[in-house]
Amino acid sequence: MRCFIGIDLGSTTTKAVAIDEHQNIIGRGITNSRSNYDTAAKIAKQEALVNARFYLFRQALSQSSALNGALEEFLAQLERDFRLEQFLVQFTDLEATCQRNAEGERFGDASKAVLSALSELFQRLRIEAPTLFAPGAKRRSDFFRDIAGSRYLALGEEVAKEGGIRYDMLLNVFDRSIIEVENRDYGSAISANLLAALDRTFIALPETASRADAIRAPIRSVLDTVLEETYVIGTGYGRARLPFSKEHIRSEILCHGLGAHMMHAGTATVLDIGGQDTKAIQVDQHGIVESFQMNDRCAAGCGRYLGYIADEMNMGLHELGPLAMKATKKVRINSTCTVFAGAELRDRLSLGEKREDIMAGLHRAIILRAMSILARSGGIRNEFTFTGGVAKNEAAVKALKDLVFENYGEMTLNINPDSIFTGALGGATFAYRAVVEEGKTAEARE
Amino acid sequence: MVPTLKDIMARCEALFEDLHFNAVKEWKAAVPGRKAIGFMPVYVPREIVHAAGMLPVGIFGGGDQMEVIQGDAYYQSYICRIPRSTLEMGLTGRLDCLDGMLFPSLCDVIRNLSGMWQVLFKDKYVRYIDVPHNYLDSVGGEFYIQEMQTLREDLGRIAGKPISDEALNASIAVYNENRRAVQDLYAYRAQKPWQAPTAEVYLVIRAGMVLPPEEHTPLVRAYLAAVDLEDRPKRDKARVVLTGSFCEQPPLSLIKSIEMAGCYVVDDDFGLIMRWLLDEVPADGNPLEELSKAYLHRSAQQASKFDEKKEDKGKYLLHQIKQGGAEGVIFAAASFCDPALLERPMLQDILSKQKIPYTAFKFAENTGQMAPIREQAGTFADSIKLWSDA
Amino acid sequence: MNTTIQMTPAQPGKKPVAEVQKEDAMLLQKEMLNANYKDLASAHDQGRKVAATFVPGNLNELVMCFDFARSLPETNALQNGMRKKSGKLIMDAERDGHSEDVCTYVKSDLGMMLGGEIGPTGEKLPTPDLLLLSYTGCFTFMKWFELIRQKYNCETVMLHTPYQGDGKITQSMRDYIVKQLKETVIPTMERVSGVKFDIDRLRQYMRESAKAEDDLVKVLQSAKNRPSPIDGYFGAVYYIGPIFTAFRGLPEATQYYDVLRREIDERVRNKKGPITPDGEMLEEKYRLVVEGPPNWTSFRDFWKMFYDEGAVVVSSTYAKVGGVYDNGFRHDADHPLESLADYCLGCYTNLSFPQRIDMICKYMDEYEADGLLINSIKSCNSFSAGQLLMLREVEKRTGKPAAFIESDLVDPRYFSGANIKNRLESYFQMIKQKRAVAGVVTAH
Repeated sequence: MRCFIGIDLGSTTTKAVAIDEHQNIIGRGITNSRSNYDTAAKIAKQEALVNARFYLFRQALSQSSALNGALEEFLAQLERDFRLEQFLVQFTDLEATCQRNAEGERFGDASKAVLSALSELFQRLRIEAPTLFAPGAKRRSDFFRDIAGSRYLALGEEVAKEGGIRYDMLLNVFDRSIIEVENRDYGSAISANLLAALDRTFIALPETASRADAIRAPIRSVLDTVLEETYVIGTGYGRARLPFSKEHIRSEILCHGLGAHMMHAGTATVLDIGGQDTKAIQVDQHGIVESFQMNDRCAAGCGRYLGYIADEMNMGLHELGPLAMKATKKVRINSTCTVFAGAELRDRLSLGEKREDIMAGLHRAIILRAMSILARSGGIRNEFTFTGGVAKNEAAVKALKDLVFENYGEMTLNINPDSIFTGALGGATFAYRAVVEEGKTAEARE
Repeated sequence: MVPTLKDIMARCEALFEDLHFNAVKEWKAAVPGRKAIGFMPVYVPREIVHAAGMLPVGIFGGGDQMEVIQGDAYYQSYICRIPRSTLEMGLTGRLDCLDGMLFPSLCDVIRNLSGMWQVLFKDKYVRYIDVPHNYLDSVGGEFYIQEMQTLREDLGRIAGKPISDEALNASIAVYNENRRAVQDLYAYRAQKPWQAPTAEVYLVIRAGMVLPPEEHTPLVRAYLAAVDLEDRPKRDKARVVLTGSFCEQPPLSLIKSIEMAGCYVVDDDFGLIMRWLLDEVPADGNPLEELSKAYLHRSAQQASKFDEKKEDKGKYLLHQIKQGGAEGVIFAAASFCDPALLERPMLQDILSKQKIPYTAFKFAENTGQMAPIREQAGTFADSIKLWSDA
Repeated sequence: MNTTIQMTPAQPGKKPVAEVQKEDAMLLQKEMLNANYKDLASAHDQGRKVAATFVPGNLNELVMCFDFARSLPETNALQNGMRKKSGKLIMDAERDGHSEDVCTYVKSDLGMMLGGEIGPTGEKLPTPDLLLLSYTGCFTFMKWFELIRQKYNCETVMLHTPYQGDGKITQSMRDYIVKQLKETVIPTMERVSGVKFDIDRLRQYMRESAKAEDDLVKVLQSAKNRPSPIDGYFGAVYYIGPIFTAFRGLPEATQYYDVLRREIDERVRNKKGPITPDGEMLEEKYRLVVEGPPNWTSFRDFWKMFYDEGAVVVSSTYAKVGGVYDNGFRHDADHPLESLADYCLGCYTNLSFPQRIDMICKYMDEYEADGLLINSIKSCNSFSAGQLLMLREVEKRTGKPAAFIESDLVDPRYFSGANIKNRLESYFQMIKQKRAVAGVVTAH
């Protein structure tokens, strides 16, 4: 089947969205943007296509009614098992890579000890691997680097001590190896991993085993379906580094505007507050950008500002919003300058202001900056769609709602839980339009 | 009843905090047909506005209590704050009570703001007030008289009746009196800075930006009378001149911080318009000629005004230091203020040669962090005291 | 604010069109500029006096009447920027107590003074004998020369040009300038130079100026053609070089503009696009009007972001900074002092805000531009303060999209290439998208 794909290469994460011929979103994928943008784009795309397979499984299985009533449970298990299979493939590679990197002269006399410590470490990790993907298991991240890394670090110290080697030797091996592994492509293993995962799922859910053939058939047919990458559009900050021809690249402003339109068709104004910049975009009824403004050279009031504040307060970034929501008093914070924010913060605290009140003031200050950028782009029109990392912060959303109401009156405010994929969705839609509306065919990659 | 110091300060504070300019609205409402004309720092010949029967209103920015949204939409991050908050006030209707705005020749930002005002507020009278940098009566003087004449004719037209020489001379006299009162206020503070703290003096000056001079002059006199009755302790603080805050104003808390940190401000350039002309303007001559002569030959120096000769640079500041018995200078310039920041190294050079200590910082009208400024002013005060003891 | 750049000729093998004529104009210009630096370096040895002055409100014809060698601090700063020397000079000046907030032309100049006054070409620049402070369209000029006077203690004479606050030149303004010329500027120049003023000499220079101005206007207006044979911003900075600096009024300048005009006429006849550092621009995809000065430290990279995308600037306000001639103004030998006054009063940055907006809207219309791009310069509040209102007004009045980027004149710390490129690309794609939508609408 024909798939239209958008890839948004951001500074921290790379996102991909695949849509079908009816512009339905069939898959989303996300990965960390690594040193190699080409790999990041490839992996995000693979993730989106895997996600698309699950979308198709769901469709096929619900039609076959082989899993009446148990479909969601089954698919959830299958996905966990698939993640585990994938993890194990990469994990095996990581082990081999680590061994390779520990060989030779690097650790001198300790070489042998390091190698055996590695074997021990990987053995322990392998034993606990399934628990990482057990139902309800909490992971801080779904990226291989983070999962494998956090466990490696957690168990490595003990193993190093037992093996009588320095912990930093193991760290050194990991750092060297993970870069190689995360820049490798495991796409060819996907089908095999899915089938292996299916076997695990039948074991995990024995009541489904009796219907194994009825379940296997539609899954096989989905797996046999070729997901054709009909047209790909790249966007985002790293877009210039994508190995695409110019025809396949769109600015993230255009993609963002179109993506917001696809998520909420009534969108007229989009606000995006990301880590590094703030964008205000006006779109027409087709999702075409009419005007845009970004924060000027001064990055005051972007998401990064919250990062500085979190550091200053010795808190996690995600704790700021909830704290601010507890505010009972209005505190006016005047400086959204990242350089001065710390000083103002300390000043306020020394004056006896409460942390939650100050936090609420800070969130309002950020949103005030955004309001100015919005005003610069032509103001807020109905409907108003808010995207970007800061849209997940409840205190920022509250401040925005207040200020929109104070300045523009009642408005529909859209915040999509999948807003991180806005740019990629816009890219996918541009890909669709290029083929279906403009009759373009994909060019060979340069 | 004689007003108490508390009453006076409460009134000044209320006027200062009221960014909706209710005092102006009340003044206008008292007599139907009255008009008010706003002006920005540093100097415009208010006598002409007054002679037209109008109220000149000083618009000195939005302070630290106003949120600025639309104003920020029009300015890049490297431009000072006063035009942002001024635009915000205009765009949110706070300045609707003004029938016109005058923009002095001060810097490129305020100059351009005059044109922005023309675009954004098409129904208001807007004028850029050029002042000469040539100080010959026959050259710069004639040009300036013509500039004032244009303003006079415009305002006469708006008022519905031409402004007579008599009316102008009467206004000159009113402002002479106001200037004397303000000079006395400054002289009093220089003499007894512990009696008249700068935060109070500042508020009394700011009240004059919205009150008619006939009301402001007695207010100043009343303050002087009331404050002299107070029993306030004299402390061992360093006497300083504060310079560079002639346009965008520091927040009141910053002014307080400086004095709390161990300084007595004995002279400053806040509200410079009230002391711009250095002495009496004859009120019985050709009024525009007299105003012109006062500007050309007997007015304060300030960074936006050209100094004809190198030797002239810094004379006014040195005079302020001498007159106020100051031991040091604090350069307090608004961030991105071209005139103040370009002038600063020259003045510092002169102070260094005279061995007068100085310190410098930047602020914005909504500066929120006072601790660094308190620290800096405190250290400066300590160093002056150590230095003078040595 | 000015233009004395040397451009490498088109790369070999890249369509050498009108190569000879272009070389003529370029070589001429290069020779002129180098000659001026030599002239300056040797002026004092030859017993000549040196006057420094600014580009807007530059009274070159008058200054030449007193045999002064002419130094333009803005050009020196710009040249140091192009040669990547300005970053250090600026930081030297900041270390010497100048605020990070103020104009980097000034700081580059003061940094150069601190470093022994070695000019951009490596020759030592002479201490000026006279600072002719033409206070035209930029407040900072006044402080700049006060700062130099503070260091050098040299004679300074002010020529105050009133601002066109009401969007018009009044007789009082004109009289004021003429009187300043007669009563202070000319007497001071006579005294400093020891040369008696000869008004007929002034008239002769002015006749030359007017001829060159005619040709300059023709060159700049050639961009009304499709494709435009010139870039009216990046290319124009080369074209305005001689006439905005020490050459206006000299036969060399007249000759330069004659050669240049003929070369451009030829390009128009052959329907050729502009010459860029990478050769001729082949396809004109976007026509833009630009407001604001360029960045000099990354001038080439900046230009490349345009021509790589097929964007040509058809008109710019910056090309009017040393004189607005396309509205019909010419130096007038019959009314020499009055026309110097009108010249000063009419410089772009001395125009009122509504006048500037009108001018841009007119350019958008007459040059059939797709949009307006504002390059907002941190150093230059005279240009920059209020540009965001300008952007909104022009969009409103023309219905064409406008975009906004930020950089600085000669401060390399203030040029973020990736950021600017990102915005420009978004802007060009937006124009393209809009065009596609408009195309669909008309097709239906």
